[in-house]
Amino acid sequence: MKEEIRLMKGNEAIAHAAIRYGCDGYFGYPITPQSEVLETLEELMPWETTGMVVLQAESEVAAINMVYGGAATGKAVMTSSSSPGVSLKQEGISYIAAASLPALILNVMRGGPGLGTIQPSQADYFQATKGGGHGDYHLIVLAPSTVQEMVDFVGLGFDLAFKYTNPCMILADGIVGQMMEKVVLPEPRPRRTDEEIRKQCPWAANGRLGGRKRNVITSLELEPAKMEVINHQLQERYRTIEQNETRWEEIDVEGADYLIVAFGSIARISDKAREIAAEEGIKVGIVRPITLWPFPTEAVAHAAQGKKGILVVELNAGQMIEDVRLAVHDSLPVEHFGRLGGIIPSPEEVVNALKEKIINR
Amino acid sequence: MKEEIIIAGFGGQGVLSMGKILAYSGLMDDKEVTWMPSYGPEQRGGTANVTVILSDKKISSPVLDKYDIVVALNQQSLDKFAPRVKPGGTLIYDTNGIHNHPTRTDISIYPIDAMTATLEIGNSKAYNMVVMGALLNAMDYKLPMENVIKGLKKSLPERHHKLIPLNEQAIEKGKSLLQA
Repeated sequence: MKEEIRLMKGNEAIAHAAIRYGCDGYFGYPITPQSEVLETLEELMPWETTGMVVLQAESEVAAINMVYGGAATGKAVMTSSSSPGVSLKQEGISYIAAASLPALILNVMRGGPGLGTIQPSQADYFQATKGGGHGDYHLIVLAPSTVQEMVDFVGLGFDLAFKYTNPCMILADGIVGQMMEKVVLPEPRPRRTDEEIRKQCPWAANGRLGGRKRNVITSLELEPAKMEVINHQLQERYRTIEQNETRWEEIDVEGADYLIVAFGSIARISDKAREIAAEEGIKVGIVRPITLWPFPTEAVAHAAQGKKGILVVELNAGQMIEDVRLAVHDSLPVEHFGRLGGIIPSPEEVVNALKEKIINR
Repeated sequence: MKEEIIIAGFGGQGVLSMGKILAYSGLMDDKEVTWMPSYGPEQRGGTANVTVILSDKKISSPVLDKYDIVVALNQQSLDKFAPRVKPGGTLIYDTNGIHNHPTRTDISIYPIDAMTATLEIGNSKAYNMVVMGALLNAMDYKLPMENVIKGLKKSLPERHHKLIPLNEQAIEKGKSLLQA
């Protein structure tokens, strides 16, 4: 079949991708700048075609707990929200991580803290990568920079979540949620049958049918010795994920004098800054982490070799810069440039920051 | 080929849909496109703008500081974006309600009376397509009209496809306003 090329918003693309992946259920609550996810799902009415459930819950807390319940039965379930709404979901996310369940969570970040603004931000990096909820857990965190990646990461996110029985987050921002770009949608595939789910998820609480022993899904274990074992199992899984699933993109790193590290749509603004700098004879390379957890520590360290300095560009006051500094230790200057509260920097501002903070320091 | 364009005006003037039709037309012509709105708590009468980039190659930043072409449809937008036309670039503005006209000499400036032209067609809703006609003529990259029509078809819901001839007429009218 001919590839279907469409023009759509990142948020709309998420909805189309979820249906085509064979997602079993979406549970959400509207909030700008990601309301088009739920809106598009309601418009496409997948319950009449694939049988996918789409439900506007009474709150974000209800939505994440519906995801918890759905995930426990082995279903491919997801939710989406924006920063303040994702804060409300954190308890549920911690439970899902502790219970080792696959789920997909989309955060289209907006300016904070608090209710903040509705314009783009990346200030939830710490929340997404360092915990967010309580306890020693990690989400697999994917950072899309194009509408096409919004589509692709729905499939990738679900695949990784099921492979490792671990929740996965797509950490997008208002730019990639609201902008329209060309996308190629994947071939639709049918939702898994009950039998297929039983085969793929022997741990699921989906009825014993007289056969196997009882599956218990819980995050509670009152015996500390047992809880420590569970924690060690989680940690072991995180080390495996770090080894296997670290993803990043490099642009013109070889031969560059300076490095910009940026994720999501800000990596593209930085890429334009790289083009402008190149016209002035300044050689800049870009490292764009695609997985924010696991962070591409070795890739950043490797790319930094022989460079004169690194500028970390983020829509926050300096969050990912901590991981960049840990990657390169003190081998070269690492500085931060960011705009806050929903303001988007222009490529020219990034070039000026590079000159001020790194080149002419 | 790369055209970096911003269209700015009042909410309700059809700025975002014009950008969408332009982006879809580019897509129909096999170009890479981005469409980035200023989204916010906006409403009819507030300001609205959209950045559209059309290119042969992969597009880096969807957000820009300087533009090849600025289309300004009110005084606020003109004041804000006229200084941000690249030297040698193009500024198109609707003269209705404009009291401070642009004075730059390093760019091409095309004042158009799109409102009167729209009233001549007899359907005020076609205003944004009149403006788009002028924009299409101002672009270095000449978008084939057949792909613009395809873009219109893609952007409009099926039930509005009967309006395509009217939109086409409006685009032609707009083209006649600006001879680059």
